[in-house]
Amino acid sequence: MGLPIEPSELERYRPQLLKFAMLQLRDPTSAEDAVQETLLAAIQSGGNFTGKSSVSTWLVGILKHKVIDTIRRQSRERPLELSPDDQSPEDLEALFKDDGHFQDPPADWMDPEAALTQRKFFEALERCLQDLPKNSARVFTMREVAGLDLDEICKEVGITATNCGVLLYRARLRLRSCLEQTWFGGSAPRRK
Amino acid sequence: MKLTCKEAARLISEGLDRNLNAAERTKLRLHVAVCKACDRVSKQFEFLRRAARQYPGPGEEREK
Repeated sequence: MGLPIEPSELERYRPQLLKFAMLQLRDPTSAEDAVQETLLAAIQSGGNFTGKSSVSTWLVGILKHKVIDTIRRQSRERPLELSPDDQSPEDLEALFKDDGHFQDPPADWMDPEAALTQRKFFEALERCLQDLPKNSARVFTMREVAGLDLDEICKEVGITATNCGVLLYRARLRLRSCLEQTWFGGSAPRRK
Repeated sequence: MKLTCKEAARLISEGLDRNLNAAERTKLRLHVAVCKACDRVSKQFEFLRRAARQYPGPGEEREK
């Protein structure tokens, strides 16, 4: 089986792949490298493309593995430096009243699954991820986008499980409220 | 001992990364059963996981 598309045509997926790699690796050189390796691998293994998924889904599938390899390599070179805020998360305290109740209780998101079919939703998610504090974003993408488990993440970035837990908790609370404001708040289209 | 929403939300997050022990699970279940806010938080955190795993979302082709 040959490649369904010309190698030159793969090029048009480069910007999309680069954005995906950048968000997780946060370093232009490593992101470029991962994308380059992905396109090369795609050209070499074109026969594996079954046509069951779209070309971009197939390429992202390859890129995910490359990103995980890069994260593993990089983490050892760039251990994560905790800021004082990461150890005592005052921004999170502010989300709760003194008695431990939410300041602003979470809204009902109605039908969140419908968002998963919309490209615009993922663009909103991407903006929310970019707004996260650096360390939270890095650990969250390792955990939830790359799918690594907690033990591995703590070991790779050289922090304790407790600190790792705080970073993930912050990421989740902030992503939750960011999406509630920018997507589920009613001003954005919920469905077409 | 009862959990506050603040404690419950933290445990909900931790439950996505490690196995909670029996005491934690029981306390959390009791809280979520009677707290609409934390029930939503729990569903929304799980949704964030599904969304992140599917990022970057549907490919261009499907849009055409």
